Amino acid sequence: MRALSYFVSGLLFGVGLVLSGLISPAKVLAFLDLAGHWDPSLALTLAAAVSVTFLGYKLVLGRAAPIFDHTFHLPQSTSVDIKLIIGAALFGTGWGLVGYCPGPAVAALAYGSAASMIFVCAMLVGMAAARFLAACSLSAVRK
Amino acid sequence: MDQFTPISSTLGGVLIGAAAVLLMLTTGRIAGVSGIISRLLPPHADDQPLERLAFLGGLLAAPLLLMAVEPFRTAAASTGSPVLLVSAGLLVGFGSVLGGGCTSGHGVCGLARLSVRSMTATAVFMLAGLFTVYVSRHLVGG
Repeated sequence: MRALSYFVSGLLFGVGLVLSGLISPAKVLAFLDLAGHWDPSLALTLAAAVSVTFLGYKLVLGRAAPIFDHTFHLPQSTSVDIKLIIGAALFGTGWGLVGYCPGPAVAALAYGSAASMIFVCAMLVGMAAARFLAACSLSAVRK
Repeated sequence: MDQFTPISSTLGGVLIGAAAVLLMLTTGRIAGVSGIISRLLPPHADDQPLERLAFLGGLLAAPLLLMAVEPFRTAAASTGSPVLLVSAGLLVGFGSVLGGGCTSGHGVCGLARLSVRSMTATAVFMLAGLFTVYVSRHLVGG
């Protein structure tokens, strides 16, 4: 049931990406291009997504537990550290270069374009590199 | 403004929010796409590979489903060069793992939880994205 929940959530998420236009790199770049022909559509997407999630989380997190698990798994970290800032800055730079972020890039694979495949392969390498570095620094701390 | 799409873009956002709420209601987890993907990668510490793959399957199925309903609903792919695509992919992948999230985990779920970490990350990546587009379109690319 958990896997089915993930699938349905991914499906809804993906339909949202297509309808909103987030799946289109041109649309994303037009949204980020304040000095050009700015297209504010995706600001509405973000506002709607955050509002629905805000209200939905209020209701859901009032429960003792989720339906298919014993407990909620919320991020515990609250520290705004240099890793967060540098990571977000690198992420935003890559996002602005091409207009793909992880969700839309994966969903866009369905259209079979070489561009999204190249992007996703590079993204996986970048993710693995960051995980490897994190594992290294963790074991260095333990030593 | 070439193609302002207030209705479909708002509706899409509602669905993205609904997906995040559904995942929290059923599994108690944040719908952060970079986390869902990166935890499938080595070095391994993954407890739920099947679930994460199911989410990605849903993401991939969505455009196909919509194309089946409406054949012309495809989005043009990026026109960036392979070098640009590889650079951007590396930055997005590395940055999202280092920063602990992406547009969905920080930008949607984190903001909705009023997390200071996510507000900071979202502000930083939005500014970096705006700056990058400004430089590449108006200073360099012109």
